[in-house]
Amino acid sequence: MTEERLIISRKTNNKFFLMIAVGVILLIAGIIFMAAGGGADHGEGHGEAAAAGHEAASWTKRLFVNLWLNNVYFTGIALIGTFFVAVQYVSYAGWSVLVNRVALALSYFLPIGGVVMLLVFLFGGHDIFHWTHDYLYDLNDERYDPIIAGKSPYLNTAFFLIRMVLYFALWIWFSMWLRKESMNEDLNGSTNYYHKSIRISAVFLVIFGITSSTAAWDWVLSIDTHWFSTMFGWYVFASWWVSGLAAITLTVIILKQNGYLKMVNANHLHDLGKFVFAFSIFWTYIWFSQFLLYWYANMPEEAIYFIERLGGNGGHYKWIFFFNLIINFVLPFLVLMTRDSKRQMIMLKIVMIAILIGHWFDFYLMMMPGTLRTDAGIGFIEIGTALIFLGVFLLAFTKGLSKASLVPVNHPFLEESVHHHV
Amino acid sequence: MNKKFVLGIYDDEDVLLAAIENIRAAGTKIYDVFSPYPVHGIDDVLGIKRSRLPIVAFFGGLAGMSFALWMQIWMMGFDWPMIIGGKPHIALPSFIPVTFELTVLFSAFSMVIVFFIVSNMKPSLKVNVFDKRSTDDKFVMAIEVKEGATDMEALNNLLRSNGAIEVNEKEVVK
Repeated sequence: MTEERLIISRKTNNKFFLMIAVGVILLIAGIIFMAAGGGADHGEGHGEAAAAGHEAASWTKRLFVNLWLNNVYFTGIALIGTFFVAVQYVSYAGWSVLVNRVALALSYFLPIGGVVMLLVFLFGGHDIFHWTHDYLYDLNDERYDPIIAGKSPYLNTAFFLIRMVLYFALWIWFSMWLRKESMNEDLNGSTNYYHKSIRISAVFLVIFGITSSTAAWDWVLSIDTHWFSTMFGWYVFASWWVSGLAAITLTVIILKQNGYLKMVNANHLHDLGKFVFAFSIFWTYIWFSQFLLYWYANMPEEAIYFIERLGGNGGHYKWIFFFNLIINFVLPFLVLMTRDSKRQMIMLKIVMIAILIGHWFDFYLMMMPGTLRTDAGIGFIEIGTALIFLGVFLLAFTKGLSKASLVPVNHPFLEESVHHHV
Repeated sequence: MNKKFVLGIYDDEDVLLAAIENIRAAGTKIYDVFSPYPVHGIDDVLGIKRSRLPIVAFFGGLAGMSFALWMQIWMMGFDWPMIIGGKPHIALPSFIPVTFELTVLFSAFSMVIVFFIVSNMKPSLKVNVFDKRSTDDKFVMAIEVKEGATDMEALNNLLRSNGAIEVNEKEVVK
C-alpha cells in the first residue's frame, strides 16, 4: 500500500491565518461596540426590557462566556477523534482504517484547548460560573445559598481545577500514546502495535466514559448550578460525538475532493454517513428523554431549565430552541435517510456543515441562558470568537494530519478497509 | 409444465463471479445462482437491481406516524378528553413515544408483508432445490433451457470453459 502525505500549502495556511485575523477584527469591533454602546449589537433589541431588573452584562463577561463555549465545543471534537479511533480498535473494525488517521489528528487541538480552558477559568470563572463566588458559602452573608453550599464537596474551585487538569492530562496522554503506536506501526510494521493499541484503547474508553460525563457536569451543567439532570453527561457526549463524526466525515470529503485519500470510496462515506445519521437520532433521543420527564413532572426546580430556554428570558432563546431540533434532527434525518445521499459527497458535505453549526448552537443554548440571560446574542463577538477558534483548530489539526501518512500503511486491516463493500 | 435447466457447478467464489460476467456477456440469460453464503458483489455482476423495499418502509413509517397522531389526538382531544397531569388535552410531547413506536412498527411490518407478497412467499410455496450441494460447499448456476432454441453443446462448453467443475441437467415440475 502506498503512503499518502498531506501537504498543507502556504496558501492554505494563510487562509487559516486570515480566518483568525478576520475573527480578531470582528471580535475587537464587537467589543468596541459593546463598550461604547452598552450592548448595542446584540439582536434586534428584544428582551432589553426584561433585563431591566439587573445590570447589563459587561463585554468581558460576554467574551469569557464565548471563549468558554467555543473551547468546550472544539475540545469535544478533538477528544472525539481519539474516542473514535479507540472504538474502532476495540471493536476490531476493518472498514475505518483508511479514515483513522483523520480522527487521530483531531486530538492535536487538545493541548491548546487545555491551556485556554485553564486560563479562561482562572480569569473569567466568576463571569461564567455562579458557584465560584465565595459569599454563597458564607453562613453570615445574606447571599448564602444552602443548595450550592451543599454541593461544595464536589463543586469547589480547587477540586474543579484538579479535575480539569486531570482530564486533559489523561486525554492528551492517551491520544499521544495511540498516535505513537500508530506511527511506529508505519515504520516497523508488526501486529504488536495493533494489539497494544487495542489494550490502550480499552483503558481509554473506560476513562473516557467517566471523564466525558464528569467534564460535562463541570464545564456545562454547573453553569446552571441549582439545576440537575442525570442525562446531562450523555447529552453533552451525544452532542460532541455527532459533531466529531461530522468533522471527520467533512475532513474526509474535503481531502478526497483535493485528491487525497484515493482509496476511500463511496462505501466508506456511506458508513460515515450512517454513523452521523444514527447518532443524530441518538442525540434527539437523549434530548427528548431529558425534556419529556421534566415537562411531564413539571416541578419548578426542574422545569426552570426549559422555561429559561422557551418562554422565559422574554422568549430570547425560543427560536434557537426550535432551530436546534430542526437542524440537528429533522435535517439529517430526512436528508441522510436515502442511500444515495450518504454516498454522494455533495449532499453529505452540506449536512455535515449544517450539523457542525447546529451543535455549536446546541452548546450555545446550554451555556448562554445561565450566564448572559437576555444579554446574549449572535453578534460580532460570537462570530469573531468562533472564527478564531476554527482557525486555530484547523491549524493544529492540519499540522497533525501532515505529520504522518494519511494511510496507515502497516495496519493489519488496511487490506480489508480498501476492499470495504456495503 | 416441466422446465428444463442446465446447472453449472462451481467450487470457487472468484471463478464463479468471473464466469457470471463472461456468460452474461456471451448473451446467455442466467436464471439464478445458488450459494451457501452471501457473496459480495454477486448482485452487481448478475445485474440485480437494488430493492425498492426502503420506499415501502418510508411510506409505512409515514402511515404509522399519521395513524398514531390521529389516534391519540382523536381519543385524547375529542372522543374522551381527559386531564392528565394538568396538561392540555392535546399535549404533543406526551404523544411522541407512542408515535415513535407505531412508526417503527408500521414501517417494519409493511416491509415484511410487502416482501412476502413480492417474493411470492406463501404457505403453499413449493421450492425446487436444484442441487443440494448449494447448501454445503458448491455454487450452482441455473440456466433455463428453451426447447429447440438452446444449443446444449455450446452451453456445456461455455460453462466448462468458464471454470464449471460439473455440468448437469435437471427437469423441474412447476
